[in-house]
Amino acid sequence: MSRSEPAASSEPLLALENVEVLYDDVILVLRGLSLRVEPGSIATLLGSNGAGKTTTLKAISGLLEVEDGAVTDGAIRFDGHEIQGLAADRIVRRGIFQVVEGRRVFEHLTVRENLIAGAYTRRDRGRLAEDMDAVYEYFPRLAERSAQAAGYLSGGEQQMLALGRALMARPRLLLLDEPSLGLAPLLVEGIFEIIRRINEESGTTILLVEQNARIALSIADFGYVMEGGRIVLEGTADELRGNEDVREFYLGLGEVGRRSYRDVKHYRRRKRWLS
Amino acid sequence: MDAFLQLTVSGLSTGMIYALAAVGFVVIYKASDVINFAQGDLLLFGTYLIFFGIVQLGLPWTLGVLLTLVLAAGLGLLVERTVLRPLVGEPIISMIMVTIGLSSVLRALANALWGAQPRTFPSFLPSGEVRIGTAVVGADRLIAIPLALVLLGALALFFRRSRDGVAMRAIADDQLAALSMGISIPRVFAVAWALAAVTAAVGGMMLGSIVGVSQSVAVVGLRVFPVVILGGLDSIGGAVLGGAIIGLLEVYTGAYIGHGLNLIVPYILLIVVLMIRPYGLFGKEIIERV
Ligand SMILES: Nc1ncnc2c1ncn2[C@@H]1O[C@H](COP(=O)(O)OP(=O)(O)O)[C@@H](O)[C@H]1O
Ligand SMILES: [Mg+2]
Repeated sequence: MSRSEPAASSEPLLALENVEVLYDDVILVLRGLSLRVEPGSIATLLGSNGAGKTTTLKAISGLLEVEDGAVTDGAIRFDGHEIQGLAADRIVRRGIFQVVEGRRVFEHLTVRENLIAGAYTRRDRGRLAEDMDAVYEYFPRLAERSAQAAGYLSGGEQQMLALGRALMARPRLLLLDEPSLGLAPLLVEGIFEIIRRINEESGTTILLVEQNARIALSIADFGYVMEGGRIVLEGTADELRGNEDVREFYLGLGEVGRRSYRDVKHYRRRKRWLS
Repeated sequence: MDAFLQLTVSGLSTGMIYALAAVGFVVIYKASDVINFAQGDLLLFGTYLIFFGIVQLGLPWTLGVLLTLVLAAGLGLLVERTVLRPLVGEPIISMIMVTIGLSSVLRALANALWGAQPRTFPSFLPSGEVRIGTAVVGADRLIAIPLALVLLGALALFFRRSRDGVAMRAIADDQLAALSMGISIPRVFAVAWALAAVTAAVGGMMLGSIVGVSQSVAVVGLRVFPVVILGGLDSIGGAVLGGAIIGLLEVYTGAYIGHGLNLIVPYILLIVVLMIRPYGLFGKEIIERV
């Protein structure tokens, strides 16, 4: 096998093909969703509340199982291997790590212990100290508070810890579920800057779910817009930033001026994206 | 004064055995929300296994203790795998009920294997007596206290430092988040039961060494409830404190009040504590950020 083979570089790290997801055997939430994430890139998955973004990430990470959800059709390939239906811990061991929505730090564990938990699947345990230092370098605030219970951290610090915990696993693919949720704009900027650096400095591939399209598109290479359980629009970050619909619904920059979320909802009932 | 000192040593040694039993109970509860009604029977097995090793097999006490620990861990794993694991995903109440069944089965098994009559074995704790000032206390009881504390300290370290220890606390805090980092729930359950069985077996061995081998050892399983309610379900320090308080309370009421009050005073305390502080006297409060 030669490494310079051109076919290898066009192989996506992650590919979802016509994925269908059912909750409780009856609630159809993903309806034939397809997307690809190229190795080393940042892809973003945009969409409004309830579109199925979180479900998509959980389908990839295997966390669907605990919610009584299942991939009932289609395929999820990571590094060329089908992974749908594998247990979550097997998927983490393969190199996919999901930072779940709402941070979910272990409140009664110290910052340090949270990081140790993140490294649970690591086999080269001798290198944890080194990686912990790397995390503290990205987030000096965490170093200051390493012995403190994570429950007492601020929202922004908890988001840092959630990211740091993920870094401790050294994933090849990082799934981020709304890292901007509930954070002040200034903090969001900082967090996204770190996400960009993680991608750049360690080559970690990232699939970023966001409602905040502006900030997501500012660091992403490629983007997907989803609605009602399928992809309705895709393109490079530049293309999406220039797209009228995205401008209007997700960036609040439409020709007709800013629209409220309620207006958008009304509008969407009449018009569906084709694609 | 001498009598008081004797009582205190006696109460504390019993209290530390309660703490050992309680810690195992707490580990299972924190990992899986299961209330283990068979905790006392795990203690009972510790007592009979050391009897089996030292008397029936004629092993030296070091090997006997080692064999007991290994067999206890095996028993914990076996019980988890065959009795609890198949019920994962069922309502938690089913798992709790099954531990009640398990308790009867274990007791019947011990009865079948070793009979109902009380037995003794050569104590592996130092026998004889120790003088403290003018008081004379049993050496076995005196040594049981630091022995238990060392073991509990090691366990505390395990929960702070080790991969599995931290994982168990992580699961107790947030199961979904724990799953998202690849923490395996079956593995954590298995480790929890093995730990519970081993700590209970240590308690059982001490108890057997001090009071002899009989089915009544299993009664300690019930003492676990006041101990954990008092100490809270969260910390090993809590279990030690809870154990010490209950152990002392029992001997003091037994000696100074009598009338069998010592048998019920732990449960009276349990009710009182539940009424004033539902999460235990030393339990953790829920962290609320502002
Ligand atoms: N555990 C569940 N059981 C049933 N339905 C669910 C479950 N989780 C999410 N859903 C439904 O699936 C849809 C998509 O949810 P979600 O993936 O969380 O969307 P998003 O992350 O884009 O806001 C919503 O209609 C939601 O009600
Ligand atoms: Mg979501």
